[in-house]
Amino acid sequence: MTTVPAVPATPGAPAAPPSTPSSTAAGGRPLRPSRPDAGPARLLGRGLGYAAMVLAAAVILLPFAWMVISSLKNNNQVFTVPVQWVPDPVVWQNYVDIWSRSDMTTWLKNTLVLSVAVTFLQVVTGSFAAYGFSKMHFPGRDVLFLAYVGTIAVPWQSYMIPQFIMLSNAGLSNTLWSIMALQAFSAFGVFLMRQYFETIPDSLCEAARIDGMSEYGIWRRIMLPLSVPAIASLTLLTFVNTWNDYLGPLIYLRSPELWTVQLGLKTFIGQYNAEHALIMTGSVLSVLPIALIFMLGQRYFVEGIATTGVKG
Amino acid sequence: MATIAVDERPPAGARGPGGPPGRSSRRRPGSRLKRRNTLIGWSFILPNFVGFAVLTLVPVITLFYLSLTSWNVFGAAEWVGLDNFARLLRDGSYHTALTNTVYYAAFHIPLTLAASLGLALLLNRKLRGVAFFRTVAFFPYITSIVAIAVVWNMLFSPEFGPVNQFLGALGVENPPGWTTSADWSMPAVILVSIWRDMGYYMLLFLAGLQTVPAELYEAARMDGANGWQRFWNVTIPCLRPTTFFITVMLTIQSFKVFDLILVMTNGGPGQSTLVLSQYIYAKGFVENQFGYASAVAVSLFLICILITIFQFLWNKRRDA
Repeated sequence: MTTVPAVPATPGAPAAPPSTPSSTAAGGRPLRPSRPDAGPARLLGRGLGYAAMVLAAAVILLPFAWMVISSLKNNNQVFTVPVQWVPDPVVWQNYVDIWSRSDMTTWLKNTLVLSVAVTFLQVVTGSFAAYGFSKMHFPGRDVLFLAYVGTIAVPWQSYMIPQFIMLSNAGLSNTLWSIMALQAFSAFGVFLMRQYFETIPDSLCEAARIDGMSEYGIWRRIMLPLSVPAIASLTLLTFVNTWNDYLGPLIYLRSPELWTVQLGLKTFIGQYNAEHALIMTGSVLSVLPIALIFMLGQRYFVEGIATTGVKG
Repeated sequence: MATIAVDERPPAGARGPGGPPGRSSRRRPGSRLKRRNTLIGWSFILPNFVGFAVLTLVPVITLFYLSLTSWNVFGAAEWVGLDNFARLLRDGSYHTALTNTVYYAAFHIPLTLAASLGLALLLNRKLRGVAFFRTVAFFPYITSIVAIAVVWNMLFSPEFGPVNQFLGALGVENPPGWTTSADWSMPAVILVSIWRDMGYYMLLFLAGLQTVPAELYEAARMDGANGWQRFWNVTIPCLRPTTFFITVMLTIQSFKVFDLILVMTNGGPGQSTLVLSQYIYAKGFVENQFGYASAVAVSLFLICILITIFQFLWNKRRDA
């Protein structure tokens, strides 16, 4: 895209069309003014808009900046008056020490295993069930779906105790299986996929049925390829949710060799509560994978939330 | 909804599911087809539903039974009727937890609603780089609670934290003690949760704003409505379905608030940030009083369900 310099428009000269960025085509060719109120007021509004956005972004990002900056300091430099916003010297040692001072490797490995397994189960069973709810008609379907919808208003915290007792009786507490069971069958995946399947015309399935394709074939060969954006959304959201989950691991995982990043980080904070720089290093490492995934797939996060949110 | 393939051929596997049997078909094959179709339908739903039923529906039902027993980890569950609920009425800590939860909700819901709508309006423009700012606003929502809580605790640190240094620079004489003070710990938690959640609800509002017809704004402008009037008379009414949905979600989210508080303040100082979910956790997993903790959980369950039902009924009446 060509950057167009913002030329201040002169209101008294209608012969020369004002060439603000919005009234200019991508190639830089001036267009006729489409807005009646294009002019200095509009430019001012745009400037104020940018100023407000930059201010909001700064406030929102400040804690992350603090996190990264503190992780690059010596411990006694973290809290200073006034705040030292540029680390001097830049200390990389924390990023070396954290691996020997904590079990970060184990935590990351466990969290990765859990996140991948949960995401896989959620996407497969969720899209499979969504096909039944969206493209098939049989008795009992709507009652079942209502059961799924109803649980949205039921907080997990209210039934975590009976759930814990059941999973303990099944011998699953203090194993990674418990977290997989906990996270993999949420109503959310069914929802998101169903909302998306509803936008795919039924006539496509009808045509495939007439051609003799089985329902499973339609799911596999027609619905899945057509719903790649929804699958991407669900994959990313589930992965991030599982990665960030703190309460499930807190209740179920007692052995340190099973801990996830969140649980490990929390214990680490308790143990080394005066080592601010090292704690911030651990925090950066726990957020970093999520930040990378988010930057790569942010479009799918946004779309996934918009589909489940408003149309649901 | 159901598109029924009407074709003249005798019914084969080609019939649309749930469609009426063809004119020429006898009864038996039609009903067999229907049964087959039902079985296939269930087979799609079953893998997820088994997990969902075992891990969500069964625990929800068991919860009510547990709340009527005095069960700790050892021994069998003993039936005590409504004793646990009678104890709730006398339990001062439970009242504190309930009051704190309502306090949290009373500020978290309207303030998050306002902040996310403000952000959505600010970022609902066709300006260069606006996508970047949307990404920034959403980012806190996907980062881990533990990292967020520990960072904010440092920022809120009373003596050397940047927040109080900033307040001092503005000329505030006695800046609050935030998470170390019983009066300010809840406001601190609420501020952090607004900061974290507003990006998510902003996305919902942005999706809602796309559905507002542009002609309405044009018409309002023709009638000489200024920006403020257009906001109140076009944007707000058109956003009502979105606002309703967000309010419902925010309410449930507020009443079940837990992990942020657990990591940031652990309910303290004293009981100043003790909330219902945390009380369930403490009674159940720390003190092993599963029966009593279930009674607290039932109260949380009922609060969430009843408020949601009330909101839906109220919304329906306003629609009518």
